[in-house]
Amino acid sequence: MTVWFVPRDAAAQSVGAQQVAEALEARGETVVRTGSRGLLWLEPLVERAESRTGTRVGWGNVTAENITAALPAESDPGYLGEVEAIDYLACQERWIYQRVGIIDPLDPEDYLAHGGLSGLRRALAMTPEAVVEEVFASGLRGRGGAGFPTGIKWRTVAQQDAAVHVGDPVDASRHKYICVNADEGDSGTFADRMLMEGDPFCLLEGMAIAAYAVGADRGVVYLRSEYPAAIAVLSEAIKTARERGWLGQGILDSSCDFDVTIRVGAGSYVCGEETAMLESLEGRRGMVRAKPPLPAIEGLFGTPTVINNVLTIASVPSILDRGAESYAALGQERSKGTQVFQLAGNIARGGIVELAFGVTAQSLIHELGQGTRSGRPVKAVQLGGPLGAYLSADALEVPMAYEALAAEGCMLGHGGIVVFDDTVDMAEQARFAMEFCVEESCGKCTPCRIGAVRGVEVIDGLLASDAPAEAEQLLRDLCDVMTQGSLCAMGGLTPQPVLSALNQFPEDFKRHGMKPPAA
Amino acid sequence: MSEKTADAGLADTVRGLITPIVAVEAGPVLLCLQAVQQHYGYVPEGAVAVVTDVCNVTRADVHGVFSYYSDLKKAPPPAISVRLCAAEACQAVGGRALAAAWREACEKDPGLAADTGIDEPVFCLGNCALGPAAMVDDKLVGCADVARLKAAVDAAREAAL
Repeated sequence: MTVWFVPRDAAAQSVGAQQVAEALEARGETVVRTGSRGLLWLEPLVERAESRTGTRVGWGNVTAENITAALPAESDPGYLGEVEAIDYLACQERWIYQRVGIIDPLDPEDYLAHGGLSGLRRALAMTPEAVVEEVFASGLRGRGGAGFPTGIKWRTVAQQDAAVHVGDPVDASRHKYICVNADEGDSGTFADRMLMEGDPFCLLEGMAIAAYAVGADRGVVYLRSEYPAAIAVLSEAIKTARERGWLGQGILDSSCDFDVTIRVGAGSYVCGEETAMLESLEGRRGMVRAKPPLPAIEGLFGTPTVINNVLTIASVPSILDRGAESYAALGQERSKGTQVFQLAGNIARGGIVELAFGVTAQSLIHELGQGTRSGRPVKAVQLGGPLGAYLSADALEVPMAYEALAAEGCMLGHGGIVVFDDTVDMAEQARFAMEFCVEESCGKCTPCRIGAVRGVEVIDGLLASDAPAEAEQLLRDLCDVMTQGSLCAMGGLTPQPVLSALNQFPEDFKRHGMKPPAA
Repeated sequence: MSEKTADAGLADTVRGLITPIVAVEAGPVLLCLQAVQQHYGYVPEGAVAVVTDVCNVTRADVHGVFSYYSDLKKAPPPAISVRLCAAEACQAVGGRALAAAWREACEKDPGLAADTGIDEPVFCLGNCALGPAAMVDDKLVGCADVARLKAAVDAAREAAL
């Protein structure tokens, strides 16, 4: 029987996938709602197979009107042939995203049929210590941006005794937590969202493995409020997982008890910083904590806590399933395994690209992404979110890996790559970086809270100045204070986009005598 | 209804909303404020005192949380929320121009402005490959322009009927 596959992902729906699915159903067709393949420029991407498990052929940019007029046919201009043979997808090494776009994200049978739970089953057959060592051996590092080795973090939490909540009586029950940071606030990143919408059981399986490995009994996903669709899908998945015994008392008939709840953020970017996230989870203002104590020792409510990004945790099931050795064989230096790159901004073929570390920005942007959407030349690329440096178009040969990027003064961040064409004004972008910091600083430390406000003023002053050399020196001094003196990455890295813009595009800052841009 | 009974009604409602949360959650202040906002669409002035009381914390603690998070609103929101992404990936594909064009469209159409409160910028909606992105109520709009935004607002108006 012919089956149609239409994404339910929010990005696909943002360009009409829901209407397409409804139009197919109105024709009496069988429609399975999946996640998105991540070939976002083709959305709504509709696929067809002769059975649920058959080879799928696809059509790009389908509209509901197309469907109402006639079912997609091989002779249509949007026909793509076999979907998995499309170059963009065929070259990828999908570990985290292995099921996204293929399965119905809320169908547990579909999850099992595509290798779901095999990582957790293997983990439960090992000792917790062996699971930690397997993750350590894989070389997995934190995908949220800091790149801390996950195995070391887990080992630290595993070595702690479970603790009572701060303020509770000492005879209260003792806990450890697995906190998943799904506060994906960086512009240019959407891989956490698409994973949660496209394969939520994978995240829950990863959390359960982490819980078993470190002896945690409680899990929390801190999910930003800007992602209502992800909140809905993950909530539904948690319910199903509990019904199936994948969460709760004695998961998969083991002795491990573990349950997960979702906590929704409230619109604060800095809550993506792990200690600010803990404050927010404890119900307070999302202000950064000084470290030590490390969250692994004293985290949520004072208990030992694993804090990992969505992509870090979602890497774990496939590492356990396919083995640490094959994971560690991918990548380069101490950047092991795969990274989910997100091609965003002004790019012709934007979307999700999961590849081993080491692919160059050039190849991602020009070969896979095929340059700008506007067709104009690339002028600048921002790597690693709003706190990441801008690279000029001639500096894109850098391999995408932690060490190689650091050597260039850049960072991988959460894997977002935002492309700008030659119409961008880099002084305006530098000013925006400071404005963003004004808006989102938690206010705890002075260099960030005051420095960002002064930063906007100093950039305005520089653009209007009769003595630009002095004004530029003032901006550099201010950036130095913010870099050296801030408590966390918010104030500490805001100078990155500012200084990289200033250093590589000085001509954009030369507007002697001009008025500053309107706020 | 006199002001006093209205206040008492609000206090009872808020108490009813948050008491079950405070009973089970360790750090409940933000959750309580979110529950109040979910119910009313914003956090009414009288609610802070009730949250203070039920959570057994100081008024400053609750006010501090309330004023920190941009999602928590002091006043009733417009009938339809329109949020345009103001972050880099959308800037790269004309986000700033769209925000200006949308403001202009709202100035020309008082009904649109009244229903939507013009717009509220947001930093990233996670639709960075299909920008400019916007969110109209809970619906994500990709490759947004004024016409597509107006269509989304019309759909939201229809859904509200």
